[in-house]
Amino acid sequence: MNSRENILGRIRTKLGRNAGNAETGIAAMEAYLAARKPGPRPPAVADLMERFKQKSEAQSSTIEEVAMLAELPLTIARYLARHELPTQAVCWPELGGLAWREAGLDVSMRHVSGADLVGITGCYCAVAETGSLLLCSSPATPAALSLLPETHIAIVPAARIVAGMEEAWGLLRAELKELPRAVNFISGPSRTGDIEQTIVLGAHGPYRVHIIIVHGQ
Amino acid sequence: MEIRSMNFKARAGQKLADVVLQENLKRAKSKFIDSRISALAELDDFEATREAAKNLRDRSLADLDLWLEKFEQEATRRGATVLWAKDNAEVCQRVVDIARRHGVKKVTKSKSMLSEEAGLNQALEAAGIQPVETDLGEYILQINDNEPPSHIIAPVFHKNKEEISTLFARTHGRPALTDIQMMTREAREVLRPHFLSADMGISGGNFLIAETGSVALVTNEGNGRMVTTLPPVHVVVTGIEKVVPTLEDLATLMRLLPRSATGQSISNYFSLLTGKKQTGDQDGPEHMYFVLVDSGRADMVGGEFAEMLRCIRCGACMNHCPVYQAVGGQAYGWVYPGPMGSVLTPLFAGLENAIDLPQAATLCNQCGVVCPVKIPLPDLLRRLREKQIERRLRPLSERLALKAWAWMARHPALYALGTKLGVRYLKWLAGGEDRIRILGLVPEWTLGRDFPAPEGKTFRELYVRRAVAGPPQGGAAK
Repeated sequence: MNSRENILGRIRTKLGRNAGNAETGIAAMEAYLAARKPGPRPPAVADLMERFKQKSEAQSSTIEEVAMLAELPLTIARYLARHELPTQAVCWPELGGLAWREAGLDVSMRHVSGADLVGITGCYCAVAETGSLLLCSSPATPAALSLLPETHIAIVPAARIVAGMEEAWGLLRAELKELPRAVNFISGPSRTGDIEQTIVLGAHGPYRVHIIIVHGQ
Repeated sequence: MEIRSMNFKARAGQKLADVVLQENLKRAKSKFIDSRISALAELDDFEATREAAKNLRDRSLADLDLWLEKFEQEATRRGATVLWAKDNAEVCQRVVDIARRHGVKKVTKSKSMLSEEAGLNQALEAAGIQPVETDLGEYILQINDNEPPSHIIAPVFHKNKEEISTLFARTHGRPALTDIQMMTREAREVLRPHFLSADMGISGGNFLIAETGSVALVTNEGNGRMVTTLPPVHVVVTGIEKVVPTLEDLATLMRLLPRSATGQSISNYFSLLTGKKQTGDQDGPEHMYFVLVDSGRADMVGGEFAEMLRCIRCGACMNHCPVYQAVGGQAYGWVYPGPMGSVLTPLFAGLENAIDLPQAATLCNQCGVVCPVKIPLPDLLRRLREKQIERRLRPLSERLALKAWAWMARHPALYALGTKLGVRYLKWLAGGEDRIRILGLVPEWTLGRDFPAPEGKTFRELYVRRAVAGPPQGGAAK
């Protein structure tokens, strides 16, 4: 008998499984999966934008807001200059069309490497309740770009800020046929508290996360 | 991992006498407790969320076979390979086989308590494969000659920065550092090349989602994302009890796990990983494996310890345990310390191999009160104590004493006489003081505390006198 059958067999014995209750069990399971009933939710917030900003800042992200997508290259150039960060960056292929060169930035769409210092990404949506960015992996939105560089700049369209994780699942189910390989929730820079429970930013991933909220197109 | 839980008493004694450890424990203790309280305050109704979490964990455990099959079906459909391991030896065998199949020389690991259970690092090394722990705490333990962890989410809870600094200087061959930030930076610089060059990543799994065939991984450092994104092979090693039905259920549990563990509203990184690299993807593993582990779990299903399977490994019970706070995690002698460990170790490793652990609790129920999935830990500890007596695993003197007490309790007149003599003896022992400094029959009991002296009369005697004299006059009742 292989291990799978051994393990499942013992569980079935413990649960008193038989053909009859297997059928009702499967029916109950399918009904539960179809209902997707949410659990108790924390108090609803009226202003999702405010809440998202407040929680993000509490998690040591920094926030800036612009009206139009076209303002991004200059805004990012100013941010990098302000923090004395390099002007070379790697961005998601889907952001390649912006006027980076005109803003004095050398932004490429190649595969990110361990040596790249600045990564620029968008996001699938953002969660107000916890101040989290939600990034989905795909050919145009690779996962390592938000992880390897020391600085992660994330662009968040204002209209994509949702209340909680449940609304994010709702968007994923409605817009994508299947879950992408990786759905990453990012809530601030990488951190550790392993040495004397002292919080240090930049454990293995980014030291800083700069969020730019775009209000228009 | 080798079980050393038989020596709890001796080890606890050593830990209590360890001045540095006592300082380290004192410093660390309040941080998790305080931040948990403020993080829970953000929830509208902690009790309702907890109840929902308990119910949804019970739901998957009540039909565990069906939910596991559902998970397997979905994970396979998305291109992952699902393997099963019934014991620790099989866990090691499966993982080493996968590594050999793909010609793996180096493995990066994010924290997995289950791999500690199985002794996976030793098995990989024996097979000529280099395992690199990448969680900062686990890395520190690995370079300190594979020292066992002292906490399930903060493995080096017991160490101070001076000890870690010395260890880094010795291992990295660099000057000793005094600043925690610099030390973290140094570990990052040492570990980054490993992340980029590893042939395989091993992670644990916080939850398995039946609906989507995904694993949910919660980390702060980002090492969990590294080991599941960069190497060409990803192996998830996780327990069969970790399956939950839907993404909605996952959302409920994620409101409790980080808050109960580190006191964060959410951990920095929370990843939902489903299947292997898709066509056109720049990154992600080309092969994804699940090793679903039994190792004592299947036999707990539907039984008197089934509630323990709800555990989501947050560590709140140990953070709040007065015994854990006093002796630290290593005294428990195996992978899981604190109240959850005192239940799991006897069940996974054998009751006879962990005689002291069910006793290593005051049954104060702090653990039961903070548990986010409402596991009645003191009840389970008490049940284990009963089992020990039934299986004659406690010392003869203890069993005889309990027998004598039971016999006395069945003979009321004798019981009355016994207690009457007992309280008088204790009053005499106190010698006019309100406390007894050394308790005659069990002097051990008063080594670290005094025993309050009784009045010299039993409850029954006082009650009889009250019945004769009538209730005391005056007082609050009018």
